[in-house]
Amino acid sequence: MTPTLTISRLTKRFQSVEALKSVSLTLEPGRRAALLGHNGAGKSTMMKIVLGLIPFDSGEVSVCGTAPGSPAARAQVAYLPENAAFHPALTGEEQLRHYLALRGENPRQAIELLARVGLGHAARRRIGTYSKGMRQRVGLAQTLIGRPRLLVLDEPTSGLDPVSRRDFYDLLDGLAAEGTAILLSSHVLTEVEARTDRILILSGGELVAEGTLADLRARAALPVAFSVRAAPGHSAALAATFPEGAQGGDGLVRLCCAQSEKLPLLARIAALGNAVIDLDVIPPSLEDIYSHFSRRDGQ
Amino acid sequence: MNRILATATSEFRIAFRNRWVSIATGMMVLFALVLAAAGSAPTGDVGVDRLSVTVASLTSLAVYLVPLLALLMSFDAVAGEVERGTLPLLLTYPVSRLQILLGKLLAHLAILGLAVTLGYGTAALVAVWSDPEAVNGFGALWRLIWSSVLLGATFLGTGYALSALARRPSGAAGLAIALWLVAVVLYDLALLALIVTDGGGAFTTQALPVALLANPADAFRVFNLSAAQAVAAAGGLGGAAGAIPLWQSAASLFFWPLAAIALAAAAFRRVTP
Repeated sequence: MTPTLTISRLTKRFQSVEALKSVSLTLEPGRRAALLGHNGAGKSTMMKIVLGLIPFDSGEVSVCGTAPGSPAARAQVAYLPENAAFHPALTGEEQLRHYLALRGENPRQAIELLARVGLGHAARRRIGTYSKGMRQRVGLAQTLIGRPRLLVLDEPTSGLDPVSRRDFYDLLDGLAAEGTAILLSSHVLTEVEARTDRILILSGGELVAEGTLADLRARAALPVAFSVRAAPGHSAALAATFPEGAQGGDGLVRLCCAQSEKLPLLARIAALGNAVIDLDVIPPSLEDIYSHFSRRDGQ
Repeated sequence: MNRILATATSEFRIAFRNRWVSIATGMMVLFALVLAAAGSAPTGDVGVDRLSVTVASLTSLAVYLVPLLALLMSFDAVAGEVERGTLPLLLTYPVSRLQILLGKLLAHLAILGLAVTLGYGTAALVAVWSDPEAVNGFGALWRLIWSSVLLGATFLGTGYALSALARRPSGAAGLAIALWLVAVVLYDLALLALIVTDGGGAFTTQALPVALLANPADAFRVFNLSAAQAVAAAGGLGGAAGAIPLWQSAASLFFWPLAAIALAAAAFRRVTP
């Protein structure tokens, strides 16, 4: 399958700062990729290059088979900027009619598009009276115009409540099923976990990790934590068995081990029999995995 | 073309909601009425109809007001989009930057055209009402309307260019006012000072016509006054209009809007969102 987006060895400098260092990635039709990274990691810069809004220094970028920002590419790419802004004097409907006309579509679809993002009731009100979440939905509605082959979404769910977020990802699932490739950035790891096919972690302008969450989890090989609670009167015995563990107050012992030693450790705990009354196994969280990959040199 | 029209429709709507249509129209009508009332004295002996005299007065008014209105409407065009944060999204649409500018120009020209037509029209009604002969001046009135629109296009284009160069509305507003002062007020004062010191020498005969054609506002005044053969009725720099062939001032009137739009397009192309 021809990739919708191909980036190879992309480098971008702002004066002395290297915003992107030899970044490569491909995105096939119907795939959803999440771009994670600190503020200033290069996420927005990469998106703006893909959209053709800013030039790049070296490398190659191909969007739907053409140069980013070319008329052919712009006709097939939709964008949702971070903090989508519109002219406050226009109503939601008028703004969408304008965007529809710019894409050569029938402006009459405006109301229907607004209804799809739950804004049908406010379509005839001025955008100046909208809340941040409502403006974000206008932004979402305009990305649904036509049949974009590539969606570029910069922090799309910021300002949306949890229910709207779920609706939003349902919309994305529908688009992806029709073959739209989706590149989105986010800070909210838990929500991209379930709703994207691939995670890309940018750090200091470099692509430091790429893969499914399971891939990244395996590659990071972060230790697993155990929290073991001793039965009354057995705290001392537990502490003696696991001298490497950290003692908590109320008979609680915390243990850490590598993924490969998880089962042997579990067997040792089970061997204690009635001396143990409770046990929790805590896998590395998404945040742990993310900070493992995105930590910068010297941190 | 549809993209230009769509942009123009949105821009017109925004200008209407921001009261620009009523401000521009109200201003033109008010000033035209004042001129029509004040200009009612010098008729009869001049040998021209009442409307032609009114048009000569309106020309002097338009030289100041049309560039001012055009700059006020245009300074926000690019800088405002940058400040509101609406520009990046707009530029990802399949619409060229020139199409965006032309759409804005079309909307702003429509407003300006409406304002001058209603303004001058009101003055013309007053003239015709008091002097039936004034209908002979309709040709001059029509010429004044379309040349005002061309003058407006020049300053709209220049306003867009300043807006793109400044990138912030406050900076763009300052540049626009400075341009208005220089092009419309100080330029003429400087020419007058040079004429006085020159005393009818080489400057007045050789350089002055070129200097008048080089400034779109002066070219507009010269064109309307010489076309109406109302040179005698106009004082000041307008008196020099007789020395300049009509086709030259007309050429200047048509050249400047194109040059201004080209300048605006070049400046807008350099804006990185």
